[in-house]
Amino acid sequence: MHIYANPKRFLTLAKWLTPLLFWSGLVLSLGAVAWGVFMVPPDQLMGDSVRILFIHVPAAWLGMGGWGGLALSSAALLIWKHPLAGVAARAIAVPGMVFCAICLATGSIWGRPTWGTWWEWDGRLTSMLVLLFLYGGYIALSQASAREGSSYKIPAIFGLVGAINVPIINRSVVWWNSLHQPPSLTAGKSAIDATFLWPLLAAVLGFSLLFGGLVLMRMRALIAEQQVEARLRRRALDDDVPVGAGLAEGA
Amino acid sequence: MKAKHQRMTLVVLALIAIIGAGLIATWALRNQANYFYLPEQMAAEPPAVGQAVRLGGMVQQGSIETQADGVTVNFVVTGNENSTVPVTYSGILPDLFVEGSGVVAEGHLQADGTFLATNLLAKHDENYVPRELEGMEGHKDNSDYIETVAGNP
Repeated sequence: MHIYANPKRFLTLAKWLTPLLFWSGLVLSLGAVAWGVFMVPPDQLMGDSVRILFIHVPAAWLGMGGWGGLALSSAALLIWKHPLAGVAARAIAVPGMVFCAICLATGSIWGRPTWGTWWEWDGRLTSMLVLLFLYGGYIALSQASAREGSSYKIPAIFGLVGAINVPIINRSVVWWNSLHQPPSLTAGKSAIDATFLWPLLAAVLGFSLLFGGLVLMRMRALIAEQQVEARLRRRALDDDVPVGAGLAEGA
Repeated sequence: MKAKHQRMTLVVLALIAIIGAGLIATWALRNQANYFYLPEQMAAEPPAVGQAVRLGGMVQQGSIETQADGVTVNFVVTGNENSTVPVTYSGILPDLFVEGSGVVAEGHLQADGTFLATNLLAKHDENYVPRELEGMEGHKDNSDYIETVAGNP
């Protein structure tokens, strides 16, 4: 189970997986968005503004799914104390926040012609905004704990506590009367016509692959950063120690 | 018990406590966090005359009447049950404001029982249907789509 928790093995795997995920995700998401923007017919009520769906929905999924991954990594870090889990959580935070912001921005642009307002404080919109702030808080906390050398547990606990917001976002349109429409995709049922559904699913898959590629890229960068730091520290402490005994070999 | 298992128990217990706290908080919020009142909710607990509230529901078929001045419209909002609320609004209507679709009106209840709206928002439902295919042969029957409800009381 812990085979890939070893940073060296992880790096070997990530080296070929990163470009694979990144490029396939980029091609698929660009293709799916082009399909949605240029090829599908307009919606009967929303007209052309339905096309923003093909960015909004994948971004919303990754904003929420990103926090799910961050919370799982945080739990793994607390339980097994494995540094790679902490690296994963930190790597997820920034892309997760970006997709969360994309979701809010595209939703706002869609809301203006559809609802007649840029922003309303309904359950779905408010809870999604809270998720954006949670990402910001997590990034600040994890950077502070990485730089100041304080406990890694603080951001991990924050990541776990923040996870409660994810089911709240998901259920907000069911529990409360809201301006945002209820879920269109429920277990085995789709209220989205197949004409829209296929490019949407392609966009969700493409964006997810791209997200995976970005996270791996950031994990590699964070590990490299730690190796450089460890090497510099070692060199500063003792000039006799041969250079090259970095974190990957040591951990 | 290994330290690892102890930590796992602790994390699981903490998660259960957090989820429990979250559920209790949202349960307590369930009436306060509603974005709007449905007509039946307004009938059951009428807000004070003049108090700023939102009314949401479906625009009743055939109920939209434009007044002689051209900017004032009267229509009737229905909920999931039989109760209805008549609404008066003057101003620009959102594009999606049509009979049989969802609407959220901001305003207040008047003494005669009608709702004076100061702002109208159109509510989109969860169905996405392409324009060209609507009503065409071979197209998914409308009954396949989720029947839209005005809200979740």
